[in-house]
Amino acid sequence: MEFDWSVVRYAAPLLAAGIVMTLKVSVVACVLGLVLGLAAGLASLSSSRVLRFLVRAYVDFIRGTPLLIQIFLVFFALPVVGVRLPEFWAGVAALAINSGAYIAEITRGAVGGVERGQTEAALSIGMTQRGVLWWVLLPQAWRPMIPALTNDLITLTKNSSLLSAISVYELTRAGQAVISTHFAPFEIYLLLALYYYLLITALSFASRRIERALPTW
Amino acid sequence: MVSDELLVATHISKSFGEKLVLDRVSLTVRQGETVTIIGASGSGKTTFLRCLNRLETPDAGSIRLGEEVIGGPPATEANLARQRRLFGFVFQRFNLFPHLTALQNVALGPRRVLGLPRAAAEARAARDLDRVQLSEHAHKRPSQLSGGQQQRVAIARALSMEPRIILFDEPTSALDPELVQEVLDTMRALAADGMTMVVVTHEMRFARHVADRVVFMADGRIAEEGTPAALFDTPRDPRLQRFLRHLEPAV
Ligand SMILES: Nc1ncnc2c1ncn2[C@@H]1O[C@H](COP(=O)(O)OP(=O)(O)OP(=O)(O)O)[C@@H](O)[C@H]1O
Ligand SMILES: [Mg+2]
Repeated sequence: MEFDWSVVRYAAPLLAAGIVMTLKVSVVACVLGLVLGLAAGLASLSSSRVLRFLVRAYVDFIRGTPLLIQIFLVFFALPVVGVRLPEFWAGVAALAINSGAYIAEITRGAVGGVERGQTEAALSIGMTQRGVLWWVLLPQAWRPMIPALTNDLITLTKNSSLLSAISVYELTRAGQAVISTHFAPFEIYLLLALYYYLLITALSFASRRIERALPTW
Repeated sequence: MVSDELLVATHISKSFGEKLVLDRVSLTVRQGETVTIIGASGSGKTTFLRCLNRLETPDAGSIRLGEEVIGGPPATEANLARQRRLFGFVFQRFNLFPHLTALQNVALGPRRVLGLPRAAAEARAARDLDRVQLSEHAHKRPSQLSGGQQQRVAIARALSMEPRIILFDEPTSALDPELVQEVLDTMRALAADGMTMVVVTHEMRFARHVADRVVFMADGRIAEEGTPAALFDTPRDPRLQRFLRHLEPAV
């Protein structure tokens, strides 16, 4: 089999446009996932057993089912209950719901990882549990969360590839469109891999820079 | 005289699982008094202190601080938090907030618990840091301070809530020997100022020279209590005699 450079030259700029969509999906899903995950993580630390149970069930469901199925559920099942989302928003929602579960676990772990003596010292000056969480635990927890969070963002960016299954015109879907007209799957998937690799490498680099710039104590 | 009793703990019991750690411990502390608690490791000293300010919930017994019945109704979190701050608590390992400066450590309670405006909270924190002679280190983080300085910040943090009594749990045990004295000096000054204190300590010189009264705990009970002279010079309980024999001859 000949490696077809001409199709690569043809597809390279075309696919670059797909990167923009991949980035857009990832950034929006990441922001929503962060908000959802932090909220769920805090809920799992609350004294309400109902809230804790709900978060537990949510996290278990997300961890126990494939992301592709979750995407299809949001896209095909929600319209059944009357919520019809366009592909873009269905995809973003599915990714956000998925990463939110992992971010909830990261949040819970980081807050739980703060030394027990910190809570006791805060209680001893008359803080309530809520005050302890807000003024003592969270300010110490976010710093160790950053590596796990950036890791999660990278996973999310890679996972956005699955949105091709519901026709979101991101990088993978754009590649598949070229394949269907030019019949060069090897060349195009190789090109896609390269694009994802560069994207992820750039993200990793940026996240390491951010980590190093963070304050320590 | 009954009226100057500040803290009255009656028949405090506490078990962890099957293990009875406190067996009907009773202690009365008068206003302005310094009481030290001594005893072998595992005798229940820490657990007793933690029961007093409800970091630990006693299984039985009652605690009164002034007019307040600690843990008494209403049994809400807010009421418990309010009662807890009537006690200062100084931990063996300081437990300062590492992300805050010394000043912020001390100001946090006044600001976030008492709701003082920032300037007022910081003014109070500055006052209390001055009281432990750390004004010039106000803007350092705990990690930039020596152990002795950290423990003094912790004492200032307790003072900032203007507690009626301060409980110290082996405040010098985690310190290098050369840093012990500055903390003991700070505590001695507080005692001289009339602060009411209960101090669990292995520093027998402090127990002898600063305390008004010494309590010896053994096996979850108060085995003997009295003036320092009575306990150190004429111990009656055989366990106390053995405990004192095992200490350095310096005592
Ligand atoms: N949270 C806990 N769970 C189970 N057992 C505990 C707990 N806290 C203390 N204990 C046990 O209770 C007993 C008394 O402990 P405590 O810390 O009160 O002793 P102590 O007199 O302060 O000793 P030390 O001089 O070593 O500090 C010990 O046997 C200890 O193992
Ligand atoms: Mg102890």
